[in-house]
Amino acid sequence: MSGVSANAVKNGALQTDSLRVAAAKRGHWRPLPMIGSKALRWSLNAAVLAYVVLVYYSVDINWARVAQGMDRALNFIGSFFTPDFVSRGGEIVVGLRESLTMSFVATVLGIALAIPVGLGGARNIAPRPVYFFCRGIIALSRTFQELIIAILFVAMFGFGPLAGVFTLAFATIGFMAKLLAEDIEDAQREPMEAIRATGASWWQWIVWSVQPQVMPRLIGLSLYRLDINFRESAVIGIVGAGGIGATLNTSINRYDYDTSAAVLLLIIGIVLMSEYLSGYVRRWTA
Amino acid sequence: MSHSEPNTLGAGLPANKPAPTWMHRTPRQELLLWGGWFLGLCLFLLCFKVVSDATIWEFLSDAHVQAASLIGRMVPPDWSITGALMLPLWDTLNIATVGTALGVLIAFPLAFLAARNTTPHPAVRALALGVIVSSRSINALIWAILLVTMIGPGLLAGMVAIALRSIGFVGKLLYEAIEEIQPTPVEAIAATGAGRLQVLSWGVLPQILPAFAGIVVYRWDINIRESTTLGLVGAGGIGLQMNAAINNLAWGQVATVFVLIFATVIVSEWVSAKVRHAVI
Repeated sequence: MSGVSANAVKNGALQTDSLRVAAAKRGHWRPLPMIGSKALRWSLNAAVLAYVVLVYYSVDINWARVAQGMDRALNFIGSFFTPDFVSRGGEIVVGLRESLTMSFVATVLGIALAIPVGLGGARNIAPRPVYFFCRGIIALSRTFQELIIAILFVAMFGFGPLAGVFTLAFATIGFMAKLLAEDIEDAQREPMEAIRATGASWWQWIVWSVQPQVMPRLIGLSLYRLDINFRESAVIGIVGAGGIGATLNTSINRYDYDTSAAVLLLIIGIVLMSEYLSGYVRRWTA
Repeated sequence: MSHSEPNTLGAGLPANKPAPTWMHRTPRQELLLWGGWFLGLCLFLLCFKVVSDATIWEFLSDAHVQAASLIGRMVPPDWSITGALMLPLWDTLNIATVGTALGVLIAFPLAFLAARNTTPHPAVRALALGVIVSSRSINALIWAILLVTMIGPGLLAGMVAIALRSIGFVGKLLYEAIEEIQPTPVEAIAATGAGRLQVLSWGVLPQILPAFAGIVVYRWDINIRESTTLGLVGAGGIGLQMNAAINNLAWGQVATVFVLIFATVIVSEWVSAKVRHAVI
């Protein structure tokens, strides 16, 4: 049945092809359509159009309010040229120090916890029950946004950077363990078999055959995660989990855009620096 | 191997000395490695001290009680508000989808300006890279806070926030894809006497389209997650209901919102995986 319909499709395709070729010989060449089936192509177009109409009618936008806010927007863009690092300097320094320390502690803790979970989540080295358990942890940690976790942890541990550390560490586990597990699953089998053939114990087997294969990537990913954690630390401060986010939020709510611009510029600068640094370290370890 | 034969490892040594044992690293490397770990540990402890100084540890003594009572209040979720959450959920999906579309519209030309092989001028490239980095460094939620103070609370702020964050992500991945294209088809098209735009649309574009579709769907999937929380700062969607429930300490309703978010994220991840699988 499916063979017949596939043939029919093929014949149809050939027919349109010959039509196209004939048209091209007369000088009217057109490129092949991206989606072969005509019905699918048109129904997709219609669906997109229907969605646009639906959205247009379900979203009502207060354009008067938008126009009113435009001078504030211009103010904000202008403040990027006159950032004020000084008048709230103390708060910025405290916030940044908290964000940096928070993200470092969380990254270290998260990776320390992610390594066993990653080992357990690799299908080629973990027994089935351990595999499913670790994959469950990974799925749980990856589905929920940092901000939602932060709300829960702030409710449990109170305001302050400790809740932030737990939040970021929790998010790091899912991220690192998933990538580590996939890396281990992609590892070459020959070295692993060779080490096992020497009569190595399980630990020796992991340390001498798996670890050297995944280490360079693990280091690169750790630095990348440190970078992500720093960026996230600017966000979870909004719900009370410490860091530069609280400073930023306060300054925006006060319409003190010069200070906000200063904080944003500092965040951009630190992210840029860490990106440059991680590129350097990755070239050095690989 | 008998003892009389010269051992290759001990070849340079006097015959009466035993052959050296095999070591993974030289003593100097070993020392540097341990020193590095020690410095890292010191840094960790120092950072932990800063965190610990800012923490009220007394709060932690009853954390397990707090956690238990929180979970107790969240289970069972309050299903009665599910119907009222459907419209906010639709808004959230719109924020993510329209935001992604807006972001992609801007990111697409930007990527061509930022890629080394298609940029009109190195100065333009530097500017485009600057825009991409700034957009990438700042979370959608921070964009949303800014936009809510500027253009007022509502869906538009959320959409623009998502768009601004997506520009950097899509722009970066796309310009990297452009830089990795094969130069030969581009040269072939150029050799036919095609203009600059014709070369781009017939030589470059077909090579990056699959990657482009994959990137867009991937970003859409991430944006669904991010748009669920934008309501916390007033940018519309299901996050508004979550914020209201949290402020009322109605944890049963919060749990319902969480379950809905969970389901939406799983569905969007499934859709994105399907589409990426079909395209690439």
